[in-house]
Amino acid sequence: MTVRERLREKISAAFYRHGLLCASYPVPIILFTSASILACCYPLLRLPLPGTGPVEFTTRVRDYTVPSHEPQGDLGERPDWYRGPPVAYIQQVLVKAAVSPWDSTLVPVDVFRSPLGRVFSLLEEIRNHVHNDGSGVRSLEALCLQVTDLLPGLRRMQTVLPEHGCLLVSPGNYWQNQRELFDSDPDLLKTVHQHEPKGLHTSATLRDLLFGVPVKHTGVSLYSRKRVVTYTITMVLGSYDARFLSSLRARLRQLHPSVNCSLREDHMVHVHFKEEIGMAELIPLVTTYIILFAYIYFSTRKIDMVKSKWGLALAAVVTVLSSLLMSVGLCTLFGLTPTLNGGEIFPYLVVVIGLENVLVLTKSVVSTPVDLEVKLRIAQGLSNESWSIMKNMATELCIILIGYFTLVPAIQEFCLFAVVGLVSDFFLQMFFFTTVLSIDIRRMELADLNRRLPAEAGMPPPKPGPLRPREAPPPPRPSPYTITLQTPAFRNLRLPKRLRVVYFLARTRLAQRFIMVGTVIWIGILAYTDPAGLRTYLAAQVSEQSPLGEGGAGGLPPHLGGASVFPGAGGDPASTLSVLPAPAEPTPLPENQSQGHHGAPREGVPHQAQAPPLVPQISWGAEDEEGWRRLSFRHWPSLFSYYNITLAKRYISILPVIPVTLHLSPREAIETRHPQDTRHPPPPSLKTNDLPADLTLYKVAALGLAAGVLLVLLLFCLYRVLCPRNYGQNGVAHGRRRRGDLPCDDYGYSPPISEISPLLLRGHSMDIECLASDGMLLASCCLAGQIRVWDAQTGDCLTVIPKHGLRRSSSSGCWEQRDGGGVFDEDEGYPLRRRTTPRPALFEDQPDLTPLIDTNFDSQPPSHLLLTPPRDGFDFGGLVERAYLEHEPPSPGLTASYPSPSPPSGPPPQRRRSLGYIQPPVPQGQGTPDWESAVWAMELRGNLIAAGRSSGKLELWDAVEGSLRCSNEDGVSGITALAFLNNRIVAARLDGSLDFFTVDINKPLGLLQYRGDNIPPSPCYSSEDVISCQLTRSVQCAHQKPITVLRAAAGRVVTGSQDHTVRVYRLEDSCCLFTLQGHSGGITAIYIDQTMVLASGGQDGAICLWDVLTGSRVSHVYGHRGDVTSLVCTTSCVISSGLDDLISIWDRSTGIKLYSIQQEVGCGASLGVISESLLVTGGQGCVSFWDLNFGDLLQTVYLGQSSDGQGVRQLVVLNNAAIVCDFGSELSLVYVPSVLEKLD
Amino acid sequence: MSRSGSGQTDPSRGTYIAVITNRSTTLVIRGFMLFSIGVFLALVLNLLQVQRNVTLFPPDVISSIFSSAWWVPPCCGTASAIIGLLYPCIDCRLGEPHKFKREWSSVMRCVAVFVGINHASAKVDFANNVQLSLTLAALSIGLWWTFDRSRSGFGLGVVIALLATLSTQLLVYNGVFQYTSPDFLYIRSWLPCIFFAGVITMGNIGRQLALYECKLMSEKAHQD
Repeated sequence: MTVRERLREKISAAFYRHGLLCASYPVPIILFTSASILACCYPLLRLPLPGTGPVEFTTRVRDYTVPSHEPQGDLGERPDWYRGPPVAYIQQVLVKAAVSPWDSTLVPVDVFRSPLGRVFSLLEEIRNHVHNDGSGVRSLEALCLQVTDLLPGLRRMQTVLPEHGCLLVSPGNYWQNQRELFDSDPDLLKTVHQHEPKGLHTSATLRDLLFGVPVKHTGVSLYSRKRVVTYTITMVLGSYDARFLSSLRARLRQLHPSVNCSLREDHMVHVHFKEEIGMAELIPLVTTYIILFAYIYFSTRKIDMVKSKWGLALAAVVTVLSSLLMSVGLCTLFGLTPTLNGGEIFPYLVVVIGLENVLVLTKSVVSTPVDLEVKLRIAQGLSNESWSIMKNMATELCIILIGYFTLVPAIQEFCLFAVVGLVSDFFLQMFFFTTVLSIDIRRMELADLNRRLPAEAGMPPPKPGPLRPREAPPPPRPSPYTITLQTPAFRNLRLPKRLRVVYFLARTRLAQRFIMVGTVIWIGILAYTDPAGLRTYLAAQVSEQSPLGEGGAGGLPPHLGGASVFPGAGGDPASTLSVLPAPAEPTPLPENQSQGHHGAPREGVPHQAQAPPLVPQISWGAEDEEGWRRLSFRHWPSLFSYYNITLAKRYISILPVIPVTLHLSPREAIETRHPQDTRHPPPPSLKTNDLPADLTLYKVAALGLAAGVLLVLLLFCLYRVLCPRNYGQNGVAHGRRRRGDLPCDDYGYSPPISEISPLLLRGHSMDIECLASDGMLLASCCLAGQIRVWDAQTGDCLTVIPKHGLRRSSSSGCWEQRDGGGVFDEDEGYPLRRRTTPRPALFEDQPDLTPLIDTNFDSQPPSHLLLTPPRDGFDFGGLVERAYLEHEPPSPGLTASYPSPSPPSGPPPQRRRSLGYIQPPVPQGQGTPDWESAVWAMELRGNLIAAGRSSGKLELWDAVEGSLRCSNEDGVSGITALAFLNNRIVAARLDGSLDFFTVDINKPLGLLQYRGDNIPPSPCYSSEDVISCQLTRSVQCAHQKPITVLRAAAGRVVTGSQDHTVRVYRLEDSCCLFTLQGHSGGITAIYIDQTMVLASGGQDGAICLWDVLTGSRVSHVYGHRGDVTSLVCTTSCVISSGLDDLISIWDRSTGIKLYSIQQEVGCGASLGVISESLLVTGGQGCVSFWDLNFGDLLQTVYLGQSSDGQGVRQLVVLNNAAIVCDFGSELSLVYVPSVLEKLD
Repeated sequence: MSRSGSGQTDPSRGTYIAVITNRSTTLVIRGFMLFSIGVFLALVLNLLQVQRNVTLFPPDVISSIFSSAWWVPPCCGTASAIIGLLYPCIDCRLGEPHKFKREWSSVMRCVAVFVGINHASAKVDFANNVQLSLTLAALSIGLWWTFDRSRSGFGLGVVIALLATLSTQLLVYNGVFQYTSPDFLYIRSWLPCIFFAGVITMGNIGRQLALYECKLMSEKAHQD
């Protein structure tokens, strides 16, 4: 155990130092790593490149001997596969035959019928050729490769391909090598065609196999212009006999001399075939690669919270790939040559090595505290994960070592590669990836810094939301107000993948660039590559179409067709396009125009090749020398595979072809004609020879252009679909925000302006002090002690407590008595309430509610107020005293300067904070309803308003009727906080005591079912009910100092006090469960919800999370410099705001700070969470909506016209996705449409 | 607060019903996904095994894909669907939710290793069948250790592998099905290990799908 601990510590320390090193010198380390990767990969250069194409090797025929099996070291250029005898020797007899002279009486079929018919005599000749010398008699039967059955799947080829005998193929195979069948065949082309496979075919077709030349060059077609038929007779020899072959060659040459043939005959070519990957092998391979890519995708998707996710993913993939390359390189260096198929085992190697470590490293580094230095973060992250990394690595090495001892060579080799790969992967992780990570994190911090410095430059000025007060829309704000945003890097947090891709594309203009680059490349291809191919193609076509008959003179280039004639070599392109140079003939006429001349050539000697102008030219060019090259490279493998002979990793030797030229007379052609041959129509006349070529050129060009335009359009559409936003035009004409779209100004988008408009509720004459809501109703209380009840849905004022008229008269009377000053109307009573602008307009355009309100306060039935009979006359000493107490002007001169005993100017400081230096008030007189003491706390449940007054009195008002239902005067100390849960009210007092009240609803006698304790959880009181409020328990010394916060939820009551402690009470029996100590300052904020999560914030700036069930502290973080002013939790995070104008978002489970938002100085401290991802904060005259997932400012809604002074201090989130906040003397009801949408 | 609570009972019941109906449809979807994965893997792996015996140039690729009996891939698909649904269910019943490496990347890795084991058994030439069996067994148990590590997974894997091998043998003895390969022992030696690895892999996929569904459900519940 101790050894393990020590080992762990040592590893951790080593990793820490290594992390410091990597983060300190990133560039040298990356250079070093790259150098070592290159060095390790250097041996790979010697490995042969993978490829499945055949490889050739040419030897001389003259001194050819069958290579021996033993490798011979001295033969330098000899490839290592050139060992042992080949599978077979290929001897081709290339036959070119033409009917000459061509006669106009001949039909198109004559072009190939008689030339093909000659194949049988040739075959006879070859089969019967016997070479006899001193050593014995040799015939083809003895030398050729004897084949057996065809593969079972090839039954339909049975009639065509030879079986059980010599492998000798020629066009004659179509007719079973029988002349009679050929002669009686009415349609040769049909016979040839019926063996062709339908549809697309990639490998060699039967026609290719039998003719031995590509279909295009055979000339077996009704529309052949050259009228030269070309085919081969292919002999496959099992053994090589030079003498037999040379005698055969001599014999054929003697029989059919080729006059102008200058083919070289001294080289034989050995072709080595690689193992070919068939479709059947490809499918599993593709599957493994798909799985591999899915694995890489799912792995790199987890990289989060870094500057460049793509960069890091790329680095991770590079790490794994280059470690594999390194392992192969190292193994090669030490003499182990890979025998496994690299492409096959590669995915498994990647999977075995894995991307896990890289991701673990990233996650660990990213989760270190953000405020640390980069170096330290890297080091800490590395050392945190060091143990698990080492453990994993050891485990993997062990598993692989076990695999090594399976003693299967393939598995051993795999394990060897894997081990080396693992080690080099570890090396690369430690050096390459860590360094890249450090660079990334540094970039992120730099970006943060840059973002912070130009605070307002980076963001587009958000437009103010259109205001909708009752009367008229105000003009737009002259100077827009921005809230600066911090740590943009964290905004990439948890963006959906799809959106991230789209944003990435949008940000980098990738689609645009792709289109541009694609167009440029395409144009380039069109301009350079294609026309070249086009030109040769056209040349070939033109030469094919041109009548070669008239160019009999030697000056004519003998053969223009064929791919080897390149215009670049031939000179000016005009000569390739115009086919009739013909210097010898003065007027070379095209064939079809020379119909009138046919009389003259009739007399010509038919067997003379060079005489008449209409003789088809049989020419031998260099391309005939190795005609097999023009065939598919699968030609030979497929021929052999029909007989279940594989050429993979073996070679064949191709002997030089034997040329045979056949000239047939027209008479012979006519004689061999089949009666049905004449029904074929003559070939269409060719009036314009060059025009089709040009047309083809234009057609190709037009088609290409059209395709290009289509491609560009398609890409453009794709691009528009992917990036529908017109970025760059910030905030202009954004439509209604759709549900899926998230704004993100990091990507060039401005926050969308949707139709959030505040509804101003006016009526209070002074600043609003308390705000309570139960979703349906909204109760507010102003400094003047007036309580108004509003409908939370519509914003209509339902009730005013106390009734307006009474309040006015009594107050003026009181002031008359007291001060002897002038009569102050209530509306004029506080003219200096606002510091700079008294906003007279506000008071003028305020709707006069006086006639609506029942001012007859005296008529209120006093029957409910039995305990507190109304006094005659009102003493307002308490009110004034409270005002003095509450705001405690430090200099008496300040108050003296005011013309009235109104509260001091300016927004009053927050009362919760000012509580510390409030002296306990002088006990008030016992008057009910006492208007003289202020309402300090208010709660609303059902239609009951519980109001706690500074006099220590608890009153219950009917919210709808505005009548006082009950009051309790048991306590004398002012009630600082109230909690109203079910039928219980908890009141915290200024002296630190805590009172528990029970509200009893006594129905009139007829309705007994609600008597006693059976009070429904949702109280609904009717006006007939007798409501009583009894003090059930009073905890005298709940706290040593005034209770500042009181929250109740889930059957618990939590109090926070100035005495640095938090206490948890059970609601039912008011028993103190826990006293939570941990703060080093007074408690300023508490959050508790139904899920029993408890968070508290104190004056020390600390935030504690507690477990309410056990009373233990879950986490403790210092989040703010100065008081924590507000705390809210969602299911996943804790949001706190502090006096330092910072809003911090913490992970609820780990206590790690996710990010923080810097607000402007003097912003309100109010917070609210509307939904799981929507945060609302109050600011100076505005409320801001934030996306919690990304830290984005979604919108700022301005509550009034002027931006000065009025901070939002209280903010209540209603159930119907609306928020209510105070705004000076007004209330502002803001509906959030997007949330409404979501809730629907 | 209480009022809001009482107000929410009705919609919550509605969502509950929605969740119930949703659950059955998602179960069907999950089963179908597992089925198709099983069919696909069966086809591909069958191709791998076929390659061992065919020549380099199979006359027809399509026919070699479907070279085995037509009912084998559907059977594999059905079996994998059952296994994939069974695993999360058993986790649920045992009350020990599987927490080990619950990520798609890990699942992908597992599938890749499974294909690799098949590949090895098809491509690598072993000296004898005992060696083949031992190697494959070690690889399969390594697969379990790397990606599962749950006792229930191991037990279920062993039981299903044994049952599957037994049933295959019965089928063969009754002549319903026959091995294409002449070396009968060869197939019998790798069959149980392949079955075991396949069960572990399908269980992994099934668990991950179930987890995904759970997450979806909880999100939906949150939204409601």
